Amino acid sequence: MSFESLLFQAVNGFASASGLFLVAAGLSIIFGVTRIVNMAHGSFYMLGLYLAVTLAPLLGATFGGALGFWGGILGAALVTAALGALVEVVLLRRIYAAPELYQLLATFALLLIVNDATLYLWGPEDILGPQAPGLSGAVEFLGRRLPEYDIFLALIGPLVLLGLHLLLKRTRFGRLIRAATQDREMVAALGINEALLFTAVFALGTGIAGFGGALQMAREPANLALDLSVLGDAFVVVVVGGMGSIRGAYVAALLVAEVKALCTALGLVEVGGFTFNMSRLTLVAEFLVMAVVLVVRPHGLFGRPQPAQARRGEAEAPLVPLGRTGRLIVLAALVFFAGIPLLGAVASYAPVLALDMVIAALFAASLHLLMGPGGLASFGHAAYFGLGAYGTAYAATVLGLPTPLAFAVGMATAAAGAVLFGWFCVRLEGVYFAMLTLAFAQIVWSIAHQWEEVTGGSNGLFGVWPDPPFDSANGLYLAALGVTVLGLVLIRRLVFAPFGLALRAARDSRLRAEASGIAVEKVRWLAFAIAGTLCGAAGGLFAFAKGSISPEAISVGRSIDGLVMVLLGGVHSLMGPLLGAGGLTLLQDMVMRESPYWRGLLGLIILLIVLLFPSGLAAGLPRKRGAP
Amino acid sequence: MSVPVLEISALTKHYGGVHALDGVSFSIARGELLALIGPNGAGKSTCFNIINGQLRPDSGWVRLAGRDITGLAPRRIARLGVGRTFQIATVFASMTALENVQMALIAARGQVFGLWSPARRMGREDALALLEQTGMAALAERPAATLAYGDVKRLELAMALAGDPALLLMDEPTAGMSSGERQAMIALVRQLTRARGLAVLFTEHAMDVVFGHADRVVVLARGRLIANGSVEAVQGDPAVRQAYLGGAPSSLSEAP
Repeated sequence: MSFESLLFQAVNGFASASGLFLVAAGLSIIFGVTRIVNMAHGSFYMLGLYLAVTLAPLLGATFGGALGFWGGILGAALVTAALGALVEVVLLRRIYAAPELYQLLATFALLLIVNDATLYLWGPEDILGPQAPGLSGAVEFLGRRLPEYDIFLALIGPLVLLGLHLLLKRTRFGRLIRAATQDREMVAALGINEALLFTAVFALGTGIAGFGGALQMAREPANLALDLSVLGDAFVVVVVGGMGSIRGAYVAALLVAEVKALCTALGLVEVGGFTFNMSRLTLVAEFLVMAVVLVVRPHGLFGRPQPAQARRGEAEAPLVPLGRTGRLIVLAALVFFAGIPLLGAVASYAPVLALDMVIAALFAASLHLLMGPGGLASFGHAAYFGLGAYGTAYAATVLGLPTPLAFAVGMATAAAGAVLFGWFCVRLEGVYFAMLTLAFAQIVWSIAHQWEEVTGGSNGLFGVWPDPPFDSANGLYLAALGVTVLGLVLIRRLVFAPFGLALRAARDSRLRAEASGIAVEKVRWLAFAIAGTLCGAAGGLFAFAKGSISPEAISVGRSIDGLVMVLLGGVHSLMGPLLGAGGLTLLQDMVMRESPYWRGLLGLIILLIVLLFPSGLAAGLPRKRGAP
Repeated sequence: MSVPVLEISALTKHYGGVHALDGVSFSIARGELLALIGPNGAGKSTCFNIINGQLRPDSGWVRLAGRDITGLAPRRIARLGVGRTFQIATVFASMTALENVQMALIAARGQVFGLWSPARRMGREDALALLEQTGMAALAERPAATLAYGDVKRLELAMALAGDPALLLMDEPTAGMSSGERQAMIALVRQLTRARGLAVLFTEHAMDVVFGHADRVVVLARGRLIANGSVEAVQGDPAVRQAYLGGAPSSLSEAP
């Protein structure tokens, strides 16, 4: 590697940093004022790009190429901002007082809906935009050709940073934003039109994201995977830079982009006879940057310690062990599920569907251990599902291990991942925890996508069939039922054991728990590891059930399925996740094959739940003390 | 002379250019009820949070029964025998009063990582005894979220006692209580101090509580220790009057 290529990549890094910064800055401003982490922020970026590639040729036909291109970008940014304002007025206003988890879910539902709407409007094919008029060439730079557009992009980031800085420091609107970021109640008490301010801020944030997306027109095609990939990156940037800091967002974007660029520049590196392709390690590099920053500065480079968030919503009722009736119901359910293979003679589909339900139950219950007793809503539980599934599939196919051993390898893989990622995640709480778990899940997903030698890339791993006696539908189902029941029993014992009590104590009051001598982070770390391992077991079963595993099966959609299952059943109850898992699996089974817009429909369902029960689904149900 | 339960020496903490705490030293003996008072912003909370481990001092040290505990994590300090109650009482809202105390006992006994046996029967008798001592026995099975505020404060006291502490830190133990409740609470604390040989350090705004019950009073003003002595000595101290009242001749012994 030469010094020239390093410098060349450094310039490239600046260009990428600008794009990252534009998304992260909007996210940060919106969070600062409204305290909402906009999960749909990547969607506005994606919309910006789709709008730009549509508007530019349209405008270009009337006004000429140059005006069309730049007009397209500007128009896309404005339309996105208007859409943002609309979303704020129609949706967000109704959920400002809702629990954090519901806000995250509502904006995530928006992401699902926007994605399917984009699919409907623009179709599944990637769309290429026009070249930038006047900037389509390249300048000679240290013997390399550097695209002019990249240089332009590299300059845009600092310019927007400067613009935002001036806006915040010099204008009344900016002063209001800063005041609201520091003390929202005060701003409201001063008689400022809060509603208008919030709408304007949301429009500003989404407009910047749309602008960022539109600018990519000459660099990459518009595609449907952008929303999530950008969101994951933006979360990393925001966590590294410190939530609420615009400066931090730029520095972090630059740091992340430059480290990635450096990896690309290094290319093939030989260490001790082994050749590493560094350009394939960009994701790992991104993870390492985040890890180092979080260890040294837990609140990000420019972040301040998060104020202790008062828990919204009423306290959960004390947990009570099952009474006589409860035990009978559980026993009856167990007998019913164990008897499903007998139904197979009548309805051959029954064991297949029941297998899906059993796997979903273990998945949802493992997530619930974190969400319910732990009070930590993970938006990246799919990561451990994926690690379990891929570990199992790799061991069964490539290594050719017998079924139980392959399954154990899968669980061990998930456990290792959960121990590693959990160490970082449990340092954070609330929305920060949600963002970091989602970012880790994106990293796992990307690795599954990119590390073709091991994971089979986008096709995944095939032929993951279990050995006898698990090779029949009934055999596999009964084995899965056994594993799931064991997992559920373990979770239940944990929750009622001192460990579970301590987990709940830390959720109720971290301050009190620490003052009582509970090692809160250690307790949460162990909970994270156990939840991840059990989730990995669900993933391993899934790989055997489907005979294959691909990145699509472990995308963030699966994490969200888990959240919806837990919420449908009720986060306050230990049995809830099981009911939710069964319900959602049935629903999916009925609707999924009927419509390509399944995700959007799921989004609508989530929105409906959130809007109908803004203080939590459990509030809509009669509370019964002693309910399981 | 025996080693004091708590000894702090030359504690200093800056925030930017502000001295939140500036070379503060004092100690507490076994069986002593020591009030830490001072106007708002005097550094009482900073002092508490340093002793408790939530803050790390810029300089100075804290010793518990002769052992240096400066800068240890709050949970470590708790396990070494420092109980704490907060200005705004905090308990575990989703548990019953009994479970709250059981939890505190389990933590104090290092049994938190028990993963299998139910916690239900663990420390039950001891927990009930603590609830009895704080007058909460009748409410043992009530969910903490449904308790009245005065009861939450007493529950919190029972939890703070669970670790059988040598030192109890109480941040405004009677804040938010009616006058009758205040007197009952401090009488309870005083009786426990005697019975268990505790050392209690408490901050308080209610002067009737301070001057009616404390064995000794330490006064902070703008981060400095300006008085340390008996109730009578502190009441008569001109520097204390100056700090509280800006020199106006008025009686400190009245409740604010």
